[in-house]
Amino acid sequence: MELTRRDAVAALAALGTGSAAAAGYHLSQRESADDADEAIDDERVRETLVAAAEVVYPSDLDGIEAFVRRFANGRLEDSAHAEGLRAAVAELDDHALSWYDGPFVDLSVDTRDSLLREIGADVADEVPDGTTAEQIRYYVVNELLLALYSSPKGGELVGIENPQGHPGGTDSYQRGPQR
Amino acid sequence: MTDRSPVAEADICIVGAGPAGSLVADRLSGAGYRVVVLDAGPRFDPADRLERQERAIRPYYDRPDVWDGDPERDAYSATGEWFYPLNHARVKGIGGSTLHWQGMVMRLHEADFNSGSERGVGPDWPIDYADLRPYYADAEDELGVSGADVPFGPPREEPHPMGAFPPSYSDSLFAEACDELGIAMHPVPNARNSESYDGRSECVGYGTCQPVCPSGAKYDGTVHAEAAEAQGARVIDRARVTELEHGPNRIEAAVYVTPDGTEHRQEADAFVLAAGGVEIPRLLLLSESDHYPDGLANSSGLVGRYFMDHLFAGAGGRLDEPTRQNHVGFLTSESHQFYDDADEEFAPFKLEFFNYAGPSPVEMALTGDDWGDEQLERLRESYGTHVALGGLVEQLPREDSYIGLDPDRTDDLGNPVPDVHWNVGDRALRTIERVNEIQHEILEALGADIRWTAGPESTGPAYHHMGTTRMSADPSEGVVDANLRTHDLDNCWIASSSVFPTGGAMNPTLTIAALALKAADSIEASL
Repeated sequence: MELTRRDAVAALAALGTGSAAAAGYHLSQRESADDADEAIDDERVRETLVAAAEVVYPSDLDGIEAFVRRFANGRLEDSAHAEGLRAAVAELDDHALSWYDGPFVDLSVDTRDSLLREIGADVADEVPDGTTAEQIRYYVVNELLLALYSSPKGGELVGIENPQGHPGGTDSYQRGPQR
Repeated sequence: MTDRSPVAEADICIVGAGPAGSLVADRLSGAGYRVVVLDAGPRFDPADRLERQERAIRPYYDRPDVWDGDPERDAYSATGEWFYPLNHARVKGIGGSTLHWQGMVMRLHEADFNSGSERGVGPDWPIDYADLRPYYADAEDELGVSGADVPFGPPREEPHPMGAFPPSYSDSLFAEACDELGIAMHPVPNARNSESYDGRSECVGYGTCQPVCPSGAKYDGTVHAEAAEAQGARVIDRARVTELEHGPNRIEAAVYVTPDGTEHRQEADAFVLAAGGVEIPRLLLLSESDHYPDGLANSSGLVGRYFMDHLFAGAGGRLDEPTRQNHVGFLTSESHQFYDDADEEFAPFKLEFFNYAGPSPVEMALTGDDWGDEQLERLRESYGTHVALGGLVEQLPREDSYIGLDPDRTDDLGNPVPDVHWNVGDRALRTIERVNEIQHEILEALGADIRWTAGPESTGPAYHHMGTTRMSADPSEGVVDANLRTHDLDNCWIASSSVFPTGGAMNPTLTIAALALKAADSIEASL
């Protein structure tokens, strides 16, 4: 199945720019990008999310890069969410450099998968101001899964063309399965 | 900086900007009165609704987080035989709990108004269906209801403002099983636009109705709060009313505290309490005085007593074929066929056919310790073949089920928190078993593998707070009269499900709205 930038626009239309964590959840209290060796620019965020999507998305999806880049652009527009996103990516890169001598995007897909699991992002609950594993789960792993599975293309992989979060109208609930 | 100072020479002060308070504000400001509404919670920016929807989907956020619940402001105790999750059951802010409600709007049946004489249990209401019938029609127009004739419903005078939502694909599966069993299915009246209505969008299928509708197609109290403001009413958010100053026969002022800690007094000729079935009795109890040592407007001793909710009965399972669930977050079919069989032994109940049985794929994707192909396989195995039935069951009013004040615990302003002391009773539990039997018969006729049942041991509340300032013509048997005015105070009305003497088994908001409009008429006639 081919993902497109238009699918990313649909995901953004459903989710907005992502400030769910902004009101009432104090990101300023979280250890932020200051912990990383250097600030992460937005291009690094985009390419790191693409690299992570190649791990967490199903293998028969094409067009991941265009989809994730477009989605990330929208999410980076929201300053509070972007702050958390940059910080989580910085943490991820920090661990990649420490443990595998290179930034996350330069690692093989298998090594990226291992790194995410070694950090604990597979078993952690998502917490925007939590531990490194919890933040990476929130801002990287679940961010990407939310974009995919709240979009019609992602929903169709599972059998639902109007998934929760997508304003897909009131026809699909009346339709029977496509046989 | 937001001006939260009192309004000079107000005619009417309304406490609570949910649907009841907002409807009264709209009606009376439209009639030219100077109206002020005080609400403890914030004014939410409509532009934030997509972010609130994301909170509804993401596992990090609990239900109260979606609408900025504040555990210190909203502290409570739950000491009854049954635990009550109060802060999952309400939203404080402009719009009130309609911000997170499901949006089902049925009229009570005629017998619900005469439970004592028709069913042999509970009190009769001091009004009949016929008294409320024009207000029901008015309320349906105000909220915007999509519906169609219900074969078992009370008589109507005109169609619903909008046509009903068509049945779902899974309704068609249930219909075959129900035909076999002789059970009639029919449309659900929804306070949700099946077409554009009153300047608001038609439903666009976000699928997150509970707890947030980003499109505004689902009615909420902000509609009438904003309409009232456009007519000159003043709606003050984050204004926590802590006491009602009063003489023997009248309320003189509502004392409220703003976020900077300043205490204000709002005077008015008339007061309307519209803060729901928990905070209304709490405020009256907090306003005790030498004249009313047991709480304001409480000469009957019944303020807070007879706390009721509807009980949920449900069952679900899986078929060996797709059922197309979770495309929308609302129901399209119910059955009220058994409703009027109620008697002393069995309560009225209704059956609901779910369109959101089983897990939502996106929510499932955000939990678990897998990703990639392994996760997709799990999602495909978990989604797609679920079916479920729900139902609401009436509980009778009981004096030992009540809202009180917890003397040992205070909120962040130093006031005793509400104590939800919820007890249920055997008639409701017996009826839940009966509902489960019917639900199992339907699921078996459908060929479902039954996986879960919400029965008498595992039932929970439907978040409908009723009964705590009950209506009665007799001042010793109730807190308000048939015009929703308190027996004790000449200038105090209550617009809330707190006035319901019995609950029936229909979702209460349409009746709340109808009573609010009735109260508005009574207030206007008195001014």
